Parts: sequence; structure tokens; C-alpha cells
Amino acid sequence: MTEPNPSDRAPADPTGEITDGISEDGDSAHGSANGLSRRDLLTGAAGAIGGALLARVGTLDAQGAPAQPTGVTPATAGAQVLADPTKAPGLPTSGQGTRSPFVSPQRTPTGAIAGSSLTPLQDLSGTITPSDLHFERHHAGIPALDPARHTLLIHGLVDRPSVFTLADIMRFPYVSRVHFVECSGNGRAAYRDPNNETFTAQSVAGLAANSEWIGVPLRVLFQEVGAKPEATWFLAEGGDACVMTRSIPMAKALDDAMIVWAQNGEPIRPEQGYPMRLLLPGWEGNANVKWLRRLELGTAPWMTRWETSKYTDPLASGTARQFSFEVDARSIITAPSHPGTVTKGWCNISGLAWSGRGAITRVEVSTDGAKSWVDALLHPPVASKAFTRFSIPWSWDGGAAALLSRATDDTGYVQPTREQIVAVRGAGTDYHLNHIVGWRVDADGRVFFYGDS
Amino acid sequence: MRRFMCTVVVALIASACSGGTRAETGELPASGRYELGRAATAAEIAAQDIDIGPDGLGLPAGSGTVAQGAMVFGAQCASCHGVRGEGISPFPQLIGREPRAGFPFGRDPRAVKTIGNYWPYATTLFDYVRRAMPQLTPGSLSDDEVYAVTAWLLAQNEVIAGDVVLNAETLRLVKMPARDRFVVDDRKGGPEIR
Ligand code: HEC
Repeated sequence: MTEPNPSDRAPADPTGEITDGISEDGDSAHGSANGLSRRDLLTGAAGAIGGALLARVGTLDAQGAPAQPTGVTPATAGAQVLADPTKAPGLPTSGQGTRSPFVSPQRTPTGAIAGSSLTPLQDLSGTITPSDLHFERHHAGIPALDPARHTLLIHGLVDRPSVFTLADIMRFPYVSRVHFVECSGNGRAAYRDPNNETFTAQSVAGLAANSEWIGVPLRVLFQEVGAKPEATWFLAEGGDACVMTRSIPMAKALDDAMIVWAQNGEPIRPEQGYPMRLLLPGWEGNANVKWLRRLELGTAPWMTRWETSKYTDPLASGTARQFSFEVDARSIITAPSHPGTVTKGWCNISGLAWSGRGAITRVEVSTDGAKSWVDALLHPPVASKAFTRFSIPWSWDGGAAALLSRATDDTGYVQPTREQIVAVRGAGTDYHLNHIVGWRVDADGRVFFYGDS
Repeated sequence: MRRFMCTVVVALIASACSGGTRAETGELPASGRYELGRAATAAEIAAQDIDIGPDGLGLPAGSGTVAQGAMVFGAQCASCHGVRGEGISPFPQLIGREPRAGFPFGRDPRAVKTIGNYWPYATTLFDYVRRAMPQLTPGSLSDDEVYAVTAWLLAQNEVIAGDVVLNAETLRLVKMPARDRFVVDDRKGGPEIR
């Protein structure tokens, strides 16, 4: 796996790069270890910012700072790390904070117009994904939408076809919910290529993120416009350059669907749908239409490109399964993970688990490659359709180990092995792949992807 | 006091029974509505209502021939999708019926999906091209051009004959080879892996 040099990284290619919606939804295009090496970071940064920084970074190394797992540019380039930080004042306050210069998690941009980038799960703790690290997936770039001009049109089988501005939407009673969003293609890379030992937590499961969302329940809006009882499906349409559309059953609107306008304490970021998006808790990412501009109520699905050509699962039986909305339970150990290492003695095996059908009830961890399993601790809050953090203390004795995690949700669904999915769906099946994966620990403490559970 | 408390409790129970969301969404105004937003005009709806249903609902007036579509494709699409729709990597392949037998996509990860061997509805092609293609100038084709390039892609995929004129009526009747392969997911969780 080659690591790109920062100076070689071209600006977004106007012709688009990876584009077929297969690679970008989790194929092994993302197989390389995310981002840049520490050496690239140092040389690239030194070239850009100059010798003073190099000297400063030398100080960091002398202090034995932990290697940054990923990174491009130190966030607080002005910071001086002194031999004794208690002997001189630090920086003044700032308008906008940045991460410590020792911490620089990165998504994995590809430069493509129809593109994706993945959440650096291995660099995160807890359950909320920082908004600037939330994975991205879009089919025609990120539009710049003016909230003063953007509107939401609701029409079709309604008594009062209506137009709402963002300001209108924000005047409705709102609710606040914590939910994950996960791309239907998450996990495909590891399914296709179970023996790629350089996969990271980010490359095998990073098309997922978890946020606090605020918005109006869709049923409130549908009541406002007078949804007719005969409406059974609605079409959600984005205001991006492919005018992305998905058909959604009305039952979801009456259940827990929302039109959201805030994420993690601030307006939704452009990559996540600013100024408003559809949020369908627990349902595959693509259906959570971003940059939402229109909802049309009808009586049957529209059979859009994104629910026929894409996001359908061809099965070994010679059929293709459609409308697989609910995300199947998954777990991923985020630490230790490749390209990290372990040292003898105690550490935490830590990870994330989630289900689109409800709450996680159990995560089991194996350190011997699935021969035996023990229950991990589930850290509160263990919420429905949200990331749940699990951990278990582990003392590594220096012997061979293979770490795996297996999630169970409150419907009784147990995360399957790759073998199980191959048996029932076939090796060529495409999306919604959530099999058990983990990490092999070598005698020297290095950690590699272990995909053949 | 006691009576007052009972009233409060009853009210709380009543609100809990009505879905449990009242504490969050507040009392609905007497009209049942918040009177926010404004009425959409017919012109506003027409400007955005571009979707086409699988039954052809929404298909616009106009028409196009396969020959006209060849011209459109050569000028507007071939630079990315290849002159024969073979796809210039990484742009997707659009034409090709192989693998023709058995719909082996679930079994064989190398089988390439195309309009001809995988798409269940021809209306989707018109809808998608009109809304999203060409990638750098989406929405720039006239409805006649979209009918024409749809006709060419369907003819090259051996779905329609070379002399078919595509319009709202003829496109609606096209049956795609993979039409009957699609089934709706009916999994509901629980222990079974499917
Ligand atoms: C600048 C390059 C470019 C041009 C020109 C272009 N396309 Fe595309 N096309 C793409 C990309 C990229 C995708 C995949 C988009 C995605 O993944 O969502 C695509 C996808 C498609 C698809 C869907 C394929 C599938 O299997 O889902 C069709 C159909 C299509 N294009 C038709 C056309 C037609 C017809 C034209 C000309 C009118 C055209 N394209 C011009 C880049 C291009």
C-alpha cells in the first residue's frame, strides 16, 4: 500500500475519479492505511510552515510523544511545546478551537465527485463522532446551499401542497435524538478481500458515524400538510447535482423519521446535508437524503436508480433483494487495531457496536480467534439505533492472539460470520455486509486485519 | 389538592397514551396545524416534480430515435462511458447483456452489472439520465435528447429494436430483462441469517 505524499495530492479532479458507486461505497479502494505516515507529516508540514515547526516537532519527539496514527497538518501550528510548560504562559483564547498538535485524525478523501471518505474510527473514543470526521458519501459532490434560498416542497397525496424554508422548519416543535448513519456499502471491502491484512478499522467499518440530531418529526410535518390516508410511500429528493431520490415507506414517517437541521450542537455540516436532511433512524445511509428539497407522497415506490441499480443485494438464488432499509447489527474493535501495536500486559480491547433494529444487548469478544467468547462491558448510554461503546480489559502475554467481536441486538439477531453470509447470499452479493471481523496480534506486538473469522 | 393531582396524573397518562411524544411535540393547536410554511404554487411544483414512476407516470411529451440517441451519446456521454458504453474506468459500463444466463451476480463478484442485465425498469433510465447526467452538466439535455439516448442505450443492450421511437407511451411498455429478478427484503431481525 503506497502512502501519498501531501504535495502530490491533487485538488478535486473535476472529471471525477472513482465513480461507479461500487468502489465508493466500501470496496477495497479504501484498503490502504488511512492518510499519511508520520514522516510524510513532518516533511510535508516542514515544507509548508518552515523550520520553526521542524524544531518544535523535534521537541515533541524528544518528549516521546505517541506516534500520530494519521494526520496531515498539525492543527495548532502556532503552539510551542516547551520542555517545562509550567514556566511560560500558553496561547491566548481563540475564535475557533483546534485539536492538540499531537492529535490529527483524518478522513480518507479520494478527490472524486461521486465520492466517499471514511470515519477514522480507530482515533475516536466514546460514541459521538466529531462532525468534521463524520464519513462522507455523495453521488455528485457537496452542494453549497444558501439557507435563505433553499426550500422544502411537500406535495403529492396531501391536502395542502406546501413550501417550507429552513426558518419555517425550525419553528416546528423539535426533538433531539442520537443515531448512527451507516452507508449500505460499509463492510464490503472486508467481505470481498478477507485476507487483506492492512485493512484498518476505518477502511473496514468507517462508512458509519453517530451524531446527536435535532429536527422536526416527519409525522408532524405530514400532519401540517394533511397527508392523505391512501399515501403509502413518499419520495425524498436532494438538491445536489444528481438530485438524489429514494422511495421511503410512509410507516417510517409515522414512526421515527425526522427532518433534521442540527448535528452535534451546530447546524448540519455541508457534507452531511446542510441546511436540512432526512433522518431515518437505523436505516441505510443513502435513504437519509441530504440537502433535502422535496417530499412527494404516493402509493408505490418510484424505483429510482439508487434503489434498483445500486443498494440492492444480488443473491446466490438468482434474485436481487431490494429495500433493505434496516441496518443489520455490527461491531468492530477499534483498539487495538491495524496499524497499531500492543505491548505485554494490560490494555483495553475497545470498540463500537450498533443495530438499525434497536439496541445492542450484548457484545462478545474473543481473543483466540472465535474459539471462546466473553461478554464485553457495554458503556451507557446503550441506546436504540445508536453507537454503543464496548470494552474489556485484556492482558496480552506475548502469545499469538486473534481478537474478534460479535454483537447481538434486542431482536435476538447475532452478527454473523463471513462464511454464513457467503452461504446464504453468495460471494458476489453487494451491500449490507456486517460479518464478524477483527485483528491478529503477532509475537512482536504488531496488529493486522483478521478477516476470516 | 388531591383532586387536582388526580387530574394532572390523568392528563399525564392521557398524554402518554397518545404516543408518548406530547412532552416533546407540545400541544397541537386547535386547528391541528402550526400554520407554518406557505402554499406551493402549481408552477413551483411543476418545476421540481421531475420524477418518473415505473408505470411511466411523469414521463414528459417528446420523443427520440435510436439513431438520434447515438449522436447524443457520442457527443455527451462517450467521453466517460466509452463509445460503446463499455465504461472508461472508473466510469461505469452501461452496455452489455453478459452474463446472460442465471442472473449470477450474487454468486460471482466479477459479473458486471449493466442496464441490460441488471436494471429492472426502463423508466429509471430516463429518470436518472434526466436528473443526473451528463455528470458535469446535469439537467442540460432536452427531453427529446433524453428519450433518444435512452432509446440508444436500450437498443445497444438488446432490449428494444433499432427502429423503435421512444416516447411516453413506448417507454412505459418496455420490459427489462431483469424485471422479475427483484424481490423486496422481508427480513425482520431475529436469529435467522438470510
Ligand atoms: C464526466 C463523466 C460523465 C459523463 C460525460 C457522463 N456520465 Fe454517466 N456517469 C458518470 C459517473 C461518475 C457515474 C456514476 C455516478 C454515481 O456513482 O452515482 C455515471 C453513471 C451513469 C449511469 C448509471 C450507471 C449505473 O449502473 O447505475 C447512467 C445510466 C449514465 N451515467 C448515463 C449517462 C449518459 C446517458 C450520459 C450522456 C448524456 C452520461 N452518463 C454522461 C460520469 C459521466
